[in-house]
Amino acid sequence: MSAATATEERATGLPDWLTLKRLGWAGVALGFLAFFVAVPPLLIRTPVVSVLLGLAAIGVGAWVVGRGERRLGWGAMVAGIVGIAGGIASTQTGTESLERVVVWSALFAAMLRYATPLVFAALGGLFSERSGVINIALEGMLLMGAFFAVLGADLTGSWFLGLLIGAASGGLLALVHAVFAVTLRADQIVSGTALNFIALGITSFMYLNRYGEQGTPQDLPAVPNVTLPLIDDIPFFGDIFGEVNLLIWIGLLMVIVTWVVVFRTPPGLRLRSAGENPLAAETAGLSVVKTRYAAVVLSGVLAATGGAYLSIGFVHSFSQNMTVGKGFIALAALIFGRWRPGGALAAALLFGFSSALAQRLPVFSTSAATLFQALPYVVTLIVVAGVVGRSIPPAALGRPLDRS
Amino acid sequence: MSVEGPAPTLESPGDEPPATVAGRLAGYVRGGGVITPVITALLAFLVGGLVVALTGKDPLATYKAIFDGTGLNWFFPWISSEDRTVASLNLQQTLILTAPLVLTGLAVAFAFRCGLFNIGGQGQYLVGTYAAVWTGSSFEGMPHVLHVLVCIFAACAAGAVWAGIAGLLKATTGTNEVISTIMLNWIAIWVGSWLFTLGGPLQTDEDKSVPVSPDIFASAKLPVFWGDPELQGLHVGFFIAIAALLVFWVVLNRTVTGYEVRAVGFNPDAAQASGISVGRNYVLAMSICGLLAGLAGAMDVLGWQFRIATNDIQISQIGFLGIAVALLGRNTAIGTLFSALLFGALLTGTSVRNLDPAVFQPELAIALTSIIQGLIVLLVSADILVIYLWRLRRRLPGRRKAVEAGA
Repeated sequence: MSAATATEERATGLPDWLTLKRLGWAGVALGFLAFFVAVPPLLIRTPVVSVLLGLAAIGVGAWVVGRGERRLGWGAMVAGIVGIAGGIASTQTGTESLERVVVWSALFAAMLRYATPLVFAALGGLFSERSGVINIALEGMLLMGAFFAVLGADLTGSWFLGLLIGAASGGLLALVHAVFAVTLRADQIVSGTALNFIALGITSFMYLNRYGEQGTPQDLPAVPNVTLPLIDDIPFFGDIFGEVNLLIWIGLLMVIVTWVVVFRTPPGLRLRSAGENPLAAETAGLSVVKTRYAAVVLSGVLAATGGAYLSIGFVHSFSQNMTVGKGFIALAALIFGRWRPGGALAAALLFGFSSALAQRLPVFSTSAATLFQALPYVVTLIVVAGVVGRSIPPAALGRPLDRS
Repeated sequence: MSVEGPAPTLESPGDEPPATVAGRLAGYVRGGGVITPVITALLAFLVGGLVVALTGKDPLATYKAIFDGTGLNWFFPWISSEDRTVASLNLQQTLILTAPLVLTGLAVAFAFRCGLFNIGGQGQYLVGTYAAVWTGSSFEGMPHVLHVLVCIFAACAAGAVWAGIAGLLKATTGTNEVISTIMLNWIAIWVGSWLFTLGGPLQTDEDKSVPVSPDIFASAKLPVFWGDPELQGLHVGFFIAIAALLVFWVVLNRTVTGYEVRAVGFNPDAAQASGISVGRNYVLAMSICGLLAGLAGAMDVLGWQFRIATNDIQISQIGFLGIAVALLGRNTAIGTLFSALLFGALLTGTSVRNLDPAVFQPELAIALTSIIQGLIVLLVSADILVIYLWRLRRRLPGRRKAVEAGA
């Protein structure tokens, strides 16, 4: 954005340590604080404090936007508005129901559970899209993983084999995507859309054919939880991280692994060059076709692992179309996180938190909780629209390699 | 088959893949008349038959049973009069579904012709149904025709605005319409679930324990012209859909607007250079798409549903099926009609009411429909594959000569 470069020279009249960025973050923090003071444990029962803090956040945001830091500035203003709204809403509600809804440790624990399928799928999408292949079929891959993990665990009696079978099923679906997108140079969005329909059809078909009306068995082998005795004793963190599903840890670990692989290793460089400038990569002697195949299949394996977590790690059953758009939220997290692992994680946690909150909102109102489910999509729409900072995809995303 | 494999046999002008979806699909349209969609559909049904065979059922008997449930046997002159009565009831159901499928198919097709991929047909269809049910259940005592028109107008406007958001974002900030329409789909789904859920703003007043909208008034219902209105006869929405097909063809092929839309679809840069406002056409094309999808929503609500339950919103597939309808129909008016008829028939034939569970379980058949739909879209996506197969067949003797000459 041209405004940013033009204003860099403009004197802000601030001391050196206080950059516009830091000020912007402070504004965002003020906005959250506006909401935080009104809920447990602080529980201030007058809206005045929230409104003042929120207004301060908006003021800081506006000032920062005026000096050129648009992304954080808008963020601070939005945070301020949300903080005021949340603060006023909280002070209007009974203390008792507030204390039932806002249990921070439980909310954060639920956030991790809801975010994990998104983390896996978004990381999968990252590999595929960084290599230049749009992966709109994340939804289908999640669904495949969810069903085949259940089927595998049921048939073999082992959660581990179930997980492997689930992951392999996603890899297989992704292989079809690779054949069409890379070799046959199909339109990647159309073939991705097709794979979503096919995955929905296959999983529904096999589910109904095998389990019918009874649903999946009650005694499915489940991915175990990991108990960390040391952390478990710490008051607040213990409630969140003390006993967490194995796949949640693996998911968080995968974020770091993905970052290292994609940005700090030669294969990662090859991956990114295939997505940014495939012809140059080809000229340098790298097989773009092979790289893209590997990336797309890996993306399917990762997304399906997220699906497997959903079925045999989280809800311990499968139902038709149980992912209901989680693949698209993961896609949104990837875009919101600007195609970077850390960003995707942050976005997935944010969306996971909103799901965790939505799950508890029915205490106040069922209808409001339903509407809350639309939030991730609204946020993504605003982000892709470039109102709050632009997300720029890999340069060759969606273009088949053309060697002629 | 490697990347270079099919390339030499494709003598399309400039082997570089065109930048837009419309450009790519234009090649598909050139590649072999009516034959390739038929091959595509047959291949998909063949794979579907294999899936049926894997479950130990007879694929031919299953397809026969599905076909008998579609009511298309009504056209056969030799069937008995009892069969004809049943067939007419089934055919009415098929055509009731064909009407909205034509419209959501056109909603996708029109965008393709402008170089846009409108995945948001489902969301636009849904907001259309919300607007129709809201206006249909308001204004008690309004004259019949006027009430219907008000509802249709509201539904079209809602759809147009919903799609227009994506068009406007594309035109002003360059936002990828695929992403924005996907997000708008899910926003529409959850907003609708909120509107009619327990305690939602548009929930019915009659029974507060059911998440359903109020019924629309009789004055807002579309008249039935074939069959019994009590038994869900065929409503006049079918003619509206046919009229929309004609309008689609005329607008696209015989008006300045259509010319501009197609020019932008083929090559936005060239269109811009020759003085066509690309941004304006993006907004216009998306709005027209939304209008069509919203109209489809009005047809369903005013024609036979008369209310919306929150369950329907999550299950509804009419807008998503529009993608397959448009792709199989190659974004043309006549193609859209036939592929909408195919999918309408498939939906009716596999419905719980029409398919004999002794032959094949209807729930499984519905999943089978999803697989066939996906396979059709998948095969169309690989335009090169189908064109390759087609040209291989047609040019086999010629190619052999060329190879000999080359050697």
